[in-house]
Amino acid sequence: MLLSEVQRLLACDVFWGHHLLDRAIKYGCASDLMSDVLAFSRAEALLLTGLVNVQTIQTAFIAEIGAIVFVRGKEPDENVIALAEQKKIPLLGTPYSMYEACGILYQHGVVSTMECHQSRFAQKGTK
Amino acid sequence: MEKPFSRSFTIQGKNFFDAGRASTEIKMMLQQLGIDAAIVRRAAIATYEAEMNVVMYAEDAILTIEVTPKLVKIMINDRGPGIPDIDLAMREGYSTATPEMREMGFGAGMGLPNIKKNSDEFKIASRVGEGTQLEITININ
Repeated sequence: MLLSEVQRLLACDVFWGHHLLDRAIKYGCASDLMSDVLAFSRAEALLLTGLVNVQTIQTAFIAEIGAIVFVRGKEPDENVIALAEQKKIPLLGTPYSMYEACGILYQHGVVSTMECHQSRFAQKGTK
Repeated sequence: MEKPFSRSFTIQGKNFFDAGRASTEIKMMLQQLGIDAAIVRRAAIATYEAEMNVVMYAEDAILTIEVTPKLVKIMINDRGPGIPDIDLAMREGYSTATPEMREMGFGAGMGLPNIKKNSDEFKIASRVGEGTQLEITININ
């Protein structure tokens, strides 16, 4: 799915990165815990989060996140937007809750990047 | 890359605004050296988690990275409170984070386990009241 389709499905504002909306999004992850993003995300995934600060951008850069969607109508300040521009990470914002936004994207084929459950299921011998 | 490469950084504790600067520089440096993207990502994640631990808990630290054709080695030597029980600190979910740390999205008890997960070899030593030393090795081949 292209980022422009994510924007349409989630009724997003684009805070930075209009020119990068043709970026392809294959996986999604959602968390307010940046250590979980670092532990379980994949390169080029979409990150949905309610955490709006510079560490969100630093984490996304380190984990090679393809784009960020802030949920629940949260808006980044100018420092956050400037850092995203520096790192070339598109920043979007949706009025939907984290739960709703994940549900909409999952329904449209954006699968989870977080592989944590797979290892747990493997341990329990189930799928 | 032909010759071994080494560089050191100073990390200041409690400086949340600058947190991630050393890891960012290291990531860009490894990319410029032409290291494989998956190795760069692992090294960047391990370094960033270690840098955040210094920012959250220590007074300051020296971070040294060495790159040879065979491996990336990252050493962090901090001045800080130290870790009384390393086995406990290595457990996923165990954390002594403050509300301020959690507001930054950290302190979920994933830092040290995540550093280990991204390392091929991981060493940790600590003295209470003095500081903590980490040695992270990631094989290139």
